[in-house]
Amino acid sequence: MAIPLIYNIRSVKARWTSTIVAVAGIAGTVGVFIAMLSLARGFRATLVSSGSADNALITRAGATSEMTSGVSLDSVKIIQDAPGIARGANGPLLTPEAVLMAPIPLRSTGTDANVELRGVSPNVFAIRRNIKIIEGRMFQPGLSELVVGKNAMATYSGLTLGSTIGLGSARWQVVGIFDAGGSAFDSEVWGDAHLLNGAYNRPDTLSQSVTVHLASPAALQQLKDSLTADPRLNVDVTREIDYYSKQSTRMTMLITRLGGFVALIMAIGAVFGALNTMYSAVAERGREIATMRALGFGAAAVVISFLIEALLISFVGGGLGCLAVLPLNGLTTSTMNFQTFSSLAFAFKITPELLVKGIFFALTMGLIGGLLPAVRAASGPVASALREL
Amino acid sequence: MIRVDGTGKSNSLIQVRGLDKTYRRGGEEIQVLQRLNLDVDKGDFVAFMGPSGSGKTTLLNLLGGLDVPTHGSITVAGDEITHMSGNKLTQWRARHVGFIFQMYNLLPVLTAFQNVELPLLLTKLSKSDRRKHVETALGVVGLADRMNHYPRQLSGGQEQRVAIARAIVADPTFLLCDEPTGDLDRKSADEIMELIHRLVTEHGKTVLMVTHDPVVATRADTTLHLEKGVLVEGKTSHESVMAGGAA
Repeated sequence: MAIPLIYNIRSVKARWTSTIVAVAGIAGTVGVFIAMLSLARGFRATLVSSGSADNALITRAGATSEMTSGVSLDSVKIIQDAPGIARGANGPLLTPEAVLMAPIPLRSTGTDANVELRGVSPNVFAIRRNIKIIEGRMFQPGLSELVVGKNAMATYSGLTLGSTIGLGSARWQVVGIFDAGGSAFDSEVWGDAHLLNGAYNRPDTLSQSVTVHLASPAALQQLKDSLTADPRLNVDVTREIDYYSKQSTRMTMLITRLGGFVALIMAIGAVFGALNTMYSAVAERGREIATMRALGFGAAAVVISFLIEALLISFVGGGLGCLAVLPLNGLTTSTMNFQTFSSLAFAFKITPELLVKGIFFALTMGLIGGLLPAVRAASGPVASALREL
Repeated sequence: MIRVDGTGKSNSLIQVRGLDKTYRRGGEEIQVLQRLNLDVDKGDFVAFMGPSGSGKTTLLNLLGGLDVPTHGSITVAGDEITHMSGNKLTQWRARHVGFIFQMYNLLPVLTAFQNVELPLLLTKLSKSDRRKHVETALGVVGLADRMNHYPRQLSGGQEQRVAIARAIVADPTFLLCDEPTGDLDRKSADEIMELIHRLVTEHGKTVLMVTHDPVVATRADTTLHLEKGVLVEGKTSHESVMAGGAA
């Protein structure tokens, strides 16, 4: 039978001052690890939630994002007659969209940051059905009016309901605030596509993308087959949710790798902290260890006992690290979306899975930090250690 | 019957033959034990005396399987232990040896009960059987009412009694006592020696004890002196006291 766990628990408690170094190191590392991963998760969730399985995004063939795409008015006319697109009372549910960037001062610093302006059709809410006006009203077609995402309103100056702002060659009035459910659209400003193109001297016959509402999620293939087979068109058809998922990949990978690197550097420090704590535990308890070995506890039992102790310390550290970052959950921050070069607001997203990963990370550090001291504990000479003072 | 001339009967409980132990220190060889012989029967109580560095503790470590001899053999209850592997020796210790140390060596974070229970964790006894054994052992040493006390809550004498309970709880083949009264005042030392003596006379335990104290040694049936690496018979414990201490 193994050395009783109560021995380790009470030993850790009795030596809490030296244990606290290892606990703090591991807690800090786990905190950073989870914070970084939750940042990546939040960014990805924000972009992915922008897409809907019921919508398809049509861009120029080969374009990697809306910014590098262009769909002509002639193409839009062909697209709107294609099969698989849902139809409303006023015809097919589709919105040819113009995507532009406009520098607007941040509320926090007063410095300009790029905001994504999206020129949309007036029927856009029939296509993006999870987006709702929460204050004011929808813009009227033909008028220089804007509706603003709730994050954009909170982040930038001059975007509150009723305010006016100069964008391009025109002045615009904010007539509504919309809630896009925490998606990337919450960081955007929407207006009439024709007027926005005009304000920025862009040809009114060119859109960046066309978003259509599918007759059913399964209708995507039918639409895709129809559009890609049409020799007059040169477009890619992607389910909207897949498009945004792909858009998030680069930034998510960047945050994950950067966070992983920082966490790794911190983990090395934390492992040394755990090593130090466990080596001093072994040194201080040389006679206790020798006594247990004299009583008949084998080397394996001693190794396991000290590993359990290291795991116990790292578990406490991991748990504290998890608790420390929990308040970050839901906290909104923003970063540059490198696909559009606009600022994107998103929230830290700490999931139970991330917390479990954090605990495993902590246990791994404990295991690495505890192994060598545990082996030393089991391999020391018993006879001389029994007489240590 | 204790003998040191190597002519003891072959069924002695402990039989030591031609035991050598040499240490290397800074390139120099120090021979601590030389061709040492010893026969101890079941129920014997023997005290080892000798000046510091004479090899008393080394002999005790060898008999307890905590160290290995340079040459020679140690046979306990028919098992030759000098060639056992480390793991086997550990298992053998758990089954056959009860250790009593000068500094008690109790685990400070465990209660008296938990300290005494430690050797039983290496047996297949159920939890309830372990409890019975621990209560019995603590009863034998007169500490049944202190089982939930931590070592720091006990006096030195009480700590040593807990250590004795730990040594006897698994009913080992023999007890090895290394200066069991070395850290105690005279009154506590007398109580401890009375207890060890009772273990021999009432419970039939076999005890091998190292001590500096000739008064303590008088409680043993026989006192052997380690001189120049060999055991010397001849002085009774009483004679040692009259001679004024260690040889």
